[in-house]
Amino acid sequence: MECETDISAKPDPRVFWAGVDGVLLRFALTPESGAMTATQLLAADLEHRTPSGTVEIAPGLVSVLLRFDPARTQRDVLAKEMLARARQIMQGPLDIPDSARRWTIPVAFGDADGPQLSEVAQAVGCSPDAAIRQICETELRVLVIGFAPGQPYIGLLPEAWDLPRQSELTPTVPAGAVVVAVRQIVMFGAASATGWRQVGRSAFRSFRPERDTPMPLRAGDAIRFARVSVSEIEALEQKADGLGGAQLEVLR
Amino acid sequence: MTSLLLRRADGILTVQDMGRSGHLAKGLSRGGAVDRQALIEAAVLLGADEPLSGIEMAGAGGLFEVEQPMRIALTGAPMVATLDGVPLRWHASHSVKPGQILHIGGVQAGSYGYLTPGGGMASDEWLGSQAAHLSIGIFSPLAPGALLTGPDPCPDAPPRVIDPVARFNGGKVRVIDGPQTGLFADDVLGAFFETEFTRSDRGNRQGVRFDADRGFASEHAAGLASDLIGPGDLQMTGDGVPFVLLAECQTIGGYPRLGTIIPIDLPIAAQAAPGTKLRFQRIALDEADRLWQTERQQVRTAVARCRPLVRDPAMITDLLGFQLIGGVTAGDELEER
Repeated sequence: MECETDISAKPDPRVFWAGVDGVLLRFALTPESGAMTATQLLAADLEHRTPSGTVEIAPGLVSVLLRFDPARTQRDVLAKEMLARARQIMQGPLDIPDSARRWTIPVAFGDADGPQLSEVAQAVGCSPDAAIRQICETELRVLVIGFAPGQPYIGLLPEAWDLPRQSELTPTVPAGAVVVAVRQIVMFGAASATGWRQVGRSAFRSFRPERDTPMPLRAGDAIRFARVSVSEIEALEQKADGLGGAQLEVLR
Repeated sequence: MTSLLLRRADGILTVQDMGRSGHLAKGLSRGGAVDRQALIEAAVLLGADEPLSGIEMAGAGGLFEVEQPMRIALTGAPMVATLDGVPLRWHASHSVKPGQILHIGGVQAGSYGYLTPGGGMASDEWLGSQAAHLSIGIFSPLAPGALLTGPDPCPDAPPRVIDPVARFNGGKVRVIDGPQTGLFADDVLGAFFETEFTRSDRGNRQGVRFDADRGFASEHAAGLASDLIGPGDLQMTGDGVPFVLLAECQTIGGYPRLGTIIPIDLPIAAQAAPGTKLRFQRIALDEADRLWQTERQQVRTAVARCRPLVRDPAMITDLLGFQLIGGVTAGDELEER
């Protein structure tokens, strides 16, 4: 089994052991789009046809972790299976699977709710209004959920948005902050420090333990942002469900 | 429903069980007891087939009473415990009756002690677990008042004692390679596994930092895609300082990981108090596989280390009627030192 490390960026599926009960298939070390697409395809494939003995499937940005019950299966068997499926996926075409669901989430951009919008627009090379339009018009999806419960990493924005993280941390952005870096958007579930830049704010809370569905987003969900006014966000924040006016459509 | 009355909390007290697995894809780490072995040992002392929920006590315990007769198991980091002023043995189970005052003091070694009632706790569940997950705001540290417990199936069962797995004074933890071990140069890895580390005073249920004279950084850390992380992982900061990830760690991280502590050794790192010395030992995966056990197997293994607590002078109520040569002690002075 290959366990040495590849530090090239070319999508190249490799299998690694992740603890005593995990197998991790990684397509690349860096977050490039081919590897992200392949990751989504592999995760969907594993969900659809789950190898026996699997306890849990968790997609990362460019890797998929499969946790298994060592009493019920062997990691070599799973590793071989994952590698075969990944290689099949790499033969292409690397078309992202259609999302099963789409969320439309209201966001207030700029001013106090997006203090770094102008700076970001300048770096992207357009006006703040054009930057907002690009965010709202790009076909986005939840790439991965993590760091905190329910918290989505959303992408990918056009290539011009490949902005590095700030060297300094912003000490705090509020819950619902819509922040950008490396062609992605994160909506913070709770107030947090961040190295990413805040361009907007939603009333959507990705994690509410008391909700029937505490963590409503799933990796693969399509996301559409809709521009609204600050006063609308403030009104939506008063709603008890914490969904911030987000609309969910089932697409298939 | 029976109750344990918490009169006073001196440490950070939380209800913990084996956590909630299966939610990694939604960003939720398993959580649960930081020292899972402590709940295994408590189960064996109480004659339970599988771990019960109990109270995790960080640093110090508090004052307790019971509303009905029940057994309690005291496991994890040894703490000073008395019942109506009479010392109680740690790593043991005891019967407590209404009106008696159970006092659990500070840790003598290690970081997290556990008090498990014979019927387990009966507090609210979220996603199938009673475990407080402090970093994301699931349940809170316990405040004084009545804490619901399950009914003890045999409140009169005689006390038992267990030889605990040694884990309260640091030592050696075994590590297997992980997905990012190859990002570290061979000489860095070699030096890492030869270095003695000191548990820093920075640590909580998410992770614990270990310091050394030098750093152990990867040259390939810049630009890495964030990847899935979990308890036991040795996450290295940019300066190459290891954090051992624990029960409440985040699910995704951007720092490279040097390897993973095997589950059976993780309590050694979790229990290490600030200043404790720790070494990491690299082992092969097949050795880790040989050491791996299901929870049920761990319970069965622990049964062999458990025996009745006979003639503990502390439990003899008419003690003054006996002719004893020595004084009463907690009985564990020679252990874990």
